[in-house]
Amino acid sequence: MHEFLQQVFSGFSTGAIYASLALALVMIYRSTELVNFAQGEMAMFSTYIAWTLVSAGLPFWLAFLATLTISFIGGMAIERIVIRPVENAPVLAAVVVTIGLLLIFNSVAGWIYSYTVQDFPSPFHDRPLLGALMTTRDLGVIAVTLVMLVLLFCFFRFTTTGLAMRAAAQNPASARLCGIPVGRMLAIGWGLAAAIGAIAGIMVAPVLFLDPNMMGGVLLYAFAGALLGGIASPIGAVVGGLIVGVTENLVGTYLIASQLKLTVALILIIIVLVVRPNGLFGTATVRRV
Amino acid sequence: MEDASSTSGGFALGRDRGPSLAVWRWLAGGAVIVLAAALPFALSKYEVFELTLVMIYAIAVLGLNILTGYNGQISLGHGGFFAAGAYTAAILMHRYGIPYWATLPAAALICFVLGVLFGLPALRFEGPYLALVTLAMAVAMPQLLKYFEGWTGGQQGLNLTKPSAPAFLAIDRDRWLYFVVLVVLVAAMRIAANILNGRSGRAFVAIRDHPIAAAAMGIHTARYKTLAFGTSTLFTGVAGALAAIVIGYVAPESFGLFLSLSFLVGSAVGGIATIGGAIIGGAFIEYIPNLANDISDAAPWAVYGAAMLLLMYAMPNGVVGTVVPYVSRTLRRIGPLKAAFAGNGFAANDED
Repeated sequence: MHEFLQQVFSGFSTGAIYASLALALVMIYRSTELVNFAQGEMAMFSTYIAWTLVSAGLPFWLAFLATLTISFIGGMAIERIVIRPVENAPVLAAVVVTIGLLLIFNSVAGWIYSYTVQDFPSPFHDRPLLGALMTTRDLGVIAVTLVMLVLLFCFFRFTTTGLAMRAAAQNPASARLCGIPVGRMLAIGWGLAAAIGAIAGIMVAPVLFLDPNMMGGVLLYAFAGALLGGIASPIGAVVGGLIVGVTENLVGTYLIASQLKLTVALILIIIVLVVRPNGLFGTATVRRV
Repeated sequence: MEDASSTSGGFALGRDRGPSLAVWRWLAGGAVIVLAAALPFALSKYEVFELTLVMIYAIAVLGLNILTGYNGQISLGHGGFFAAGAYTAAILMHRYGIPYWATLPAAALICFVLGVLFGLPALRFEGPYLALVTLAMAVAMPQLLKYFEGWTGGQQGLNLTKPSAPAFLAIDRDRWLYFVVLVVLVAAMRIAANILNGRSGRAFVAIRDHPIAAAAMGIHTARYKTLAFGTSTLFTGVAGALAAIVIGYVAPESFGLFLSLSFLVGSAVGGIATIGGAIIGGAFIEYIPNLANDISDAAPWAVYGAAMLLLMYAMPNGVVGTVVPYVSRTLRRIGPLKAAFAGNGFAANDED
């Protein structure tokens, strides 16, 4: 029982990271109906920026905030420069553009920082808590995710910009008629997604170690989490990410050798989706024909 | 000045445009095939090998085009079916000593069945959800291949002896395999054109464009969607089997997620709802990474990625999807006979 709970808690901690990245995916999907394949590599790149700042001697949390700011601006720039030209192109063209972006980030990171694995400092000491059920690191990761969620919720619920962003995502045409600059809202959405991804990257880097390919697996789990929750639902993304994290851990511990962990986790998710094709929190889209 | 002479010609010839165009298209197709058959004798062995791979990727991309372009189902997992075809061929040759040509129908059959089985749950999914399900396939494949070591040789993979040409043909192995693949490619394009221009193809497109209207017209949506899936994976599986034969080696790591993404990129670059676009897609997959390596040693994939971005900006519908409508529009203005002549380069690869 003790081991089981231990695995559940450590699953929550990785799940929180998947949830963050899943949330980033959902943010972009809601506004542009586009799955951003480069989300993981963007997060990886942000993490390298954080690493550079910390290595340069900045205190961790200052570097953290600086990275979020840089990522936010970078994300906006990407939307403006790279994504805007394919805004009205066929979906597949946009998908290919994000795949191209993935390759560029991965390659450029390898070029600048080399493919050697780097240690990344953790802001949390790894001390056991609650009779070794979890560690302070797990708790720290979960806490950071929670704070981020609360902030995001407040932003969307209580600020004018948040309201405008929701409007732009829900009905771009009407939003534009109300005077909302929809294009700018999209850019802010990409900026926020990049910043959220940066948090996920910084939280996961101490565990996975830093290298240009570190986010590949994380992106997959995040994608699975986002879809499990329902791709258009932010709450679903968080819950989905957590479920995926816990499932992955439990499957790896109890069901099968860890080499098939990913496969089994994905199959379980697909089985859930066969029962609920729109995700746990999604609603079936009703279309007028 | 050309305009004046050809417009008058255009009106006069307007009537027999149908048959003459068809004849010209056959001739053009024949010319391209003759050219393709002569090509390996003018190139080095390695260049022939590269071209063979281009054609193999083209068959795989063609499969994906049927599914994604004509039926509107996005797949991120075709690398998995490519692997299934490759391993079918490899295991049959390696364990049972079956001749290489006999493995193609086997790979076709197995991948068709796999595709149909996969297409059934896929009926419930749309857009990103289908992408996830197929993505799972792409991700699971290398792991599964490593897991069933007894059959697949695990991490080391399987080494195959490359088949050589029949004794009465005095050509080397690589050139022989080039011809084998060429024949399969031509057959595949012909079959794809027949399927897509026929009843099934119209059903695929109707389902893509308007599923509800298609169902109202009496199209059995579920059946045709599954059929599209199976046909698509059949092509890709055959391509995989050819890859195993031509490369003479299979290993789990060559069939990762990246391969699936490459197919999708190749499909989009060539033009998703085209047949000829598959060849351009295959060439993109094979040549651009090498080219990128020549341009920048330090960050070749960045160059590859940039090439993808630029192509998509310039031609969001893919090369064939953008060029062919433009060319045929222009040619229609110039005149049908000229159209047939100038159509050589493009029409030959296109459906007729």
